[in-house]
Amino acid sequence: MTYQKNQDNIAIIQLKLKDQNPDFLNQGYNEGLLENIIRLENDPDLKGVIIRFSKNSYLPKYDIEKLFKVDKADMCFEYIESQKNILRRIENLKVPVVAAINCSLVGLGMELALACNYRIAVDTAESQFEFSEVRHGIIPGYGGIIRLTRTIGIEKSLPLLLNGNQFNAKQALDFGFLNKLENSNDKMIDKSIQWIKANQNTLQPWDQQNFIFPHGNAHEGQNPALISAYPGKIRKKTRGNFPAPETILSIAVEGSLVDFETACRLESRFYTELLLKKATKNIIKANWFQLKKIQSGLSRPQKIPKTTISKVGVVGSGLMGHGIAYVSAKAGLEVVMVDSNQSNADKGLEKIKKILLSDVKKHAITDSIAKDILYRINATDKYENLNGCDLIVEAVYEDKKLKGKVTIEVERHILNDKVFASNTSTIPITDLAENSNSPDSFIGIHFFSPVNQMKLVEIIKGEKTSESTLAKAFDFALKIEKIPLVVSDSRGFYTTRVFERYAKEGMALLHEGNHPVSIESAARAAGFPVGPLAVIDEISIQLLADIRNQSGNDLNPKKTESESSWNDVIDYMLKIAKRPGRASGKGFYEYPTKREKYISSEIVKYFYKSQNSSNQEEMVERLYFSQSIEAVRCFEEKIVTSAADANIGSIFGWGFPLFSGGVIQFINNYGLEKFRDRANILCDKHGERFCPPKLLDRMIDNGEDCFK
Amino acid sequence: MINQAYIFDSIRTPRGKRKNGALNEITPTDLLSKLMLSLSEKHNLDTSQIDDVIIGCVMPVGDQGANLGKTAAQYAGWDIDVPGMQINRCCGSGLEAVNIAAMKVRSGWEELIIAGGIESMSRVPMGSDLGSMAFEPKVSLNNNYVPQGIGADLIASIDGYARKDLDELALQSQKRAFDAYKKKKFKSMIPIFDQNGILLLDRDEHIRKDCSLQDLSSLSPAFEKMGHSGFDALAKEKYPDVEHIDHVHTAGNSSGIVDGASLTMVGSELTGEKIGLKPRAVIRSVATCSTDPTIMLTGPAPATLKALKIAKMKISDIDLIEVNEAFAAVVLRFMNEMKLNSLDKINVNGGSIAMGHPLGATGSILLGTLLDELESRDKAVGLVTLCVAGGMGIATIIERI
Repeated sequence: MTYQKNQDNIAIIQLKLKDQNPDFLNQGYNEGLLENIIRLENDPDLKGVIIRFSKNSYLPKYDIEKLFKVDKADMCFEYIESQKNILRRIENLKVPVVAAINCSLVGLGMELALACNYRIAVDTAESQFEFSEVRHGIIPGYGGIIRLTRTIGIEKSLPLLLNGNQFNAKQALDFGFLNKLENSNDKMIDKSIQWIKANQNTLQPWDQQNFIFPHGNAHEGQNPALISAYPGKIRKKTRGNFPAPETILSIAVEGSLVDFETACRLESRFYTELLLKKATKNIIKANWFQLKKIQSGLSRPQKIPKTTISKVGVVGSGLMGHGIAYVSAKAGLEVVMVDSNQSNADKGLEKIKKILLSDVKKHAITDSIAKDILYRINATDKYENLNGCDLIVEAVYEDKKLKGKVTIEVERHILNDKVFASNTSTIPITDLAENSNSPDSFIGIHFFSPVNQMKLVEIIKGEKTSESTLAKAFDFALKIEKIPLVVSDSRGFYTTRVFERYAKEGMALLHEGNHPVSIESAARAAGFPVGPLAVIDEISIQLLADIRNQSGNDLNPKKTESESSWNDVIDYMLKIAKRPGRASGKGFYEYPTKREKYISSEIVKYFYKSQNSSNQEEMVERLYFSQSIEAVRCFEEKIVTSAADANIGSIFGWGFPLFSGGVIQFINNYGLEKFRDRANILCDKHGERFCPPKLLDRMIDNGEDCFK
Repeated sequence: MINQAYIFDSIRTPRGKRKNGALNEITPTDLLSKLMLSLSEKHNLDTSQIDDVIIGCVMPVGDQGANLGKTAAQYAGWDIDVPGMQINRCCGSGLEAVNIAAMKVRSGWEELIIAGGIESMSRVPMGSDLGSMAFEPKVSLNNNYVPQGIGADLIASIDGYARKDLDELALQSQKRAFDAYKKKKFKSMIPIFDQNGILLLDRDEHIRKDCSLQDLSSLSPAFEKMGHSGFDALAKEKYPDVEHIDHVHTAGNSSGIVDGASLTMVGSELTGEKIGLKPRAVIRSVATCSTDPTIMLTGPAPATLKALKIAKMKISDIDLIEVNEAFAAVVLRFMNEMKLNSLDKINVNGGSIAMGHPLGATGSILLGTLLDELESRDKAVGLVTLCVAGGMGIATIIERI
């Protein structure tokens, strides 16, 4: 950290950029900052302080590892209070402190800025502000909630804190988070100095005798009505599975009713309670540590140096193709999007324009950035334009023959060593590679729909896929800001295979006579975003039947009683009820045009037997166990090799509940032995799909820990 | 035959100071719920057996609004079958809750009642309810309403209590309270922890261990200014014989403004057997009375006389007395009227002057303190009485069994 004083005795502090790698997570802000605070506290001539936040400066970050590891209430509370105290000392300096901001701010940076007397920023579209804590399962708990509500009021604070949305400098000024915008760095510093000279009162508003809570405390003005509606708003989203938003709401409300110091202490107590919750630990572990592990190349061949990709080819401009082209161009790559004829290619381009338009509307990007993105995409029907691409993504319809034909056609126009990636969710890559004249540079990249929103890609190694091909596909995924999950080849790979269990368990539950509404409610209460029956309607029952017919039962050679149960459901839906899914307007649900979908009474009548019903807890257990056991089988077959991959894949691939920590972390939390014993009971009761894989025995008996 | 109403237990929170007090950061619902949970855990209570919860609260607005009896029971995780209500008999609320519980049990219609009170005065200050008693001019003028402190000073002026008399009583309260605290005499007091199990408070914060008569005498009169502004005139309209109101009450010889909660478990004999609890005492009688609303605080003696009559007892039958130290003059007036000339039996472990008076909770707190001390001295009969704002009094007589 640098510390210099100008001729007016104003200290300008620049937090120094450390030698840090991009994943430098665990840098607390104590040492450097504390050192400076002591200096500032002991400088009798000091007239003011400017803390500069800029791209070249080190921005303070929470010590996530510390927050994750702390497991004793009193220590946790003391730690939070000590961190809080550092910000409080800045606030208590006898001179005015200005935050001069010329970069984006998140997390602790936001908290530090709030502890300053005045916040001024350079007005640029690039600077984004966010209270992103909630997305990581934590909260701005070093006084951030208490300060923000006392700065801009409860009503404006809650959406920022609860949604963690980004806002730009202009919006920050509107909210009142910023006090002033200037259009250049120099002007900002000048203005900061001016402000300090003109404002020698250093008490924060909340430390002044006559403090009036902006727009009233929780009991005043419009706030009671607003606040009473929030619990419902939160639960609607979280189903009670994510504790952080509830913690934020309580702190914002209760903190407004007491003095600042008491409010801060109350915030620490709530934060302690939050940090000690299993769900919080799970969220931090998955969303932070395991995700970073994957992004830092956990499953990338280490020997291969980082590759660069500047131009990609996308074959097919349909549902997946245009999305892949869009995310690639957005990441700065040059894109050639080829389709069988120009009009199809143009249609794909139109879809991309639509996404860009909505991005601009949402202020996510500027108009000129949108134009640049579009400019990088060449939509064409000429395969020869693929020449010069570093990597080709084939994204034509999920049909083995068609994919084979396209592979041959593309390879006529590219060099052999260029990576050829097929986007598929089920077809084994080794089979598809047979059409390639260079199977070592052939690989699978399974994108999820909608491509621009889903963060995961599943990278599938074929039998002959080379390490350098894998490295390139991995680097490409990172370049387009996706999370690369590396798996081995087999039908359904990892995500489709495990996810299928969810859908099938839903059908098994239905077949037994459970009320379909209860099944869907159980799934949502358990934290799944969409109930299994609704999911099946979306992907269409017909498609399930196609996959079944195509693959036979090669996944599960032993056809058990329960497997026949979902076969029965599929057959009933297609042959008797003729309700093939959402696309045809009829599935497990009815799809009226003017109101929300609802479970069809025909389905209830046919399946529901009240005497056979399970309670919600039993249904939830089966939805979890069926998937977790399948994931263990994938481990056993070495389709996935790390818990990080398995967990992150489940969370980002098909919405496995984040608060559970993922499909494998669920087992860790449950306890390995307890899980196996329970699986055995479920196996006896409901069929072999619950039979615990031998790997579990090996882990229990030999103390192997594959799930770390 | 009439069912008897038994007291199975009586517990309370420590009392937290208003300024920077340890209980300020905890909401009233939270505080009461914690105490409820302590009670049910202490006795391994099957809460579905509870017929009703009655909670006294004097400022039932804001944090304390919307029926804490039910809300807190639910938040404490008590059985869904437990109903609850909130009552307000001003400073008598906590005892009134117990008295209603006793009547319910004696009626034979209900078997087990949790009664008590709550007041978080740091969070919901006096006057927050903006009630007509003080805030609707035609009403307050009709009743010649004056603030309680003026009423207390009026009592002192009529009875001729000097500042020193009051300060000596206050000092006695502080000394006795600190002594009782040191000797761990407050068995009914349950420490309060935060949601993480970290201790918030395990003693009455308001007690001053180094209090001296000199300190007390140096305090300025608390109600002089408001008296001179016009309230004295309103009081004198009603008491034309009083020439001059001596403003002798101070922050030191008036009750402390604090946060606290209390619960008393009242039930029938049968219920005791069912839930496996032995009664600690029986409620012999309960009484309320009304007095002139201007002087307001003279209720304890008439309420006590009424309760004694119902119990067919004389004041000399009472072994220990808790008379709420709302103001020092209230206790002196009570002694005067009841012809008691020593403090030997009265407030033996100190009172609200030392420990504070969390309005709605105090009645039930005093009951618990009394019961603990009866047991500790192996005495039988005890009386709790309080003056009540608006011009009332309340009393309860209990007997150990």
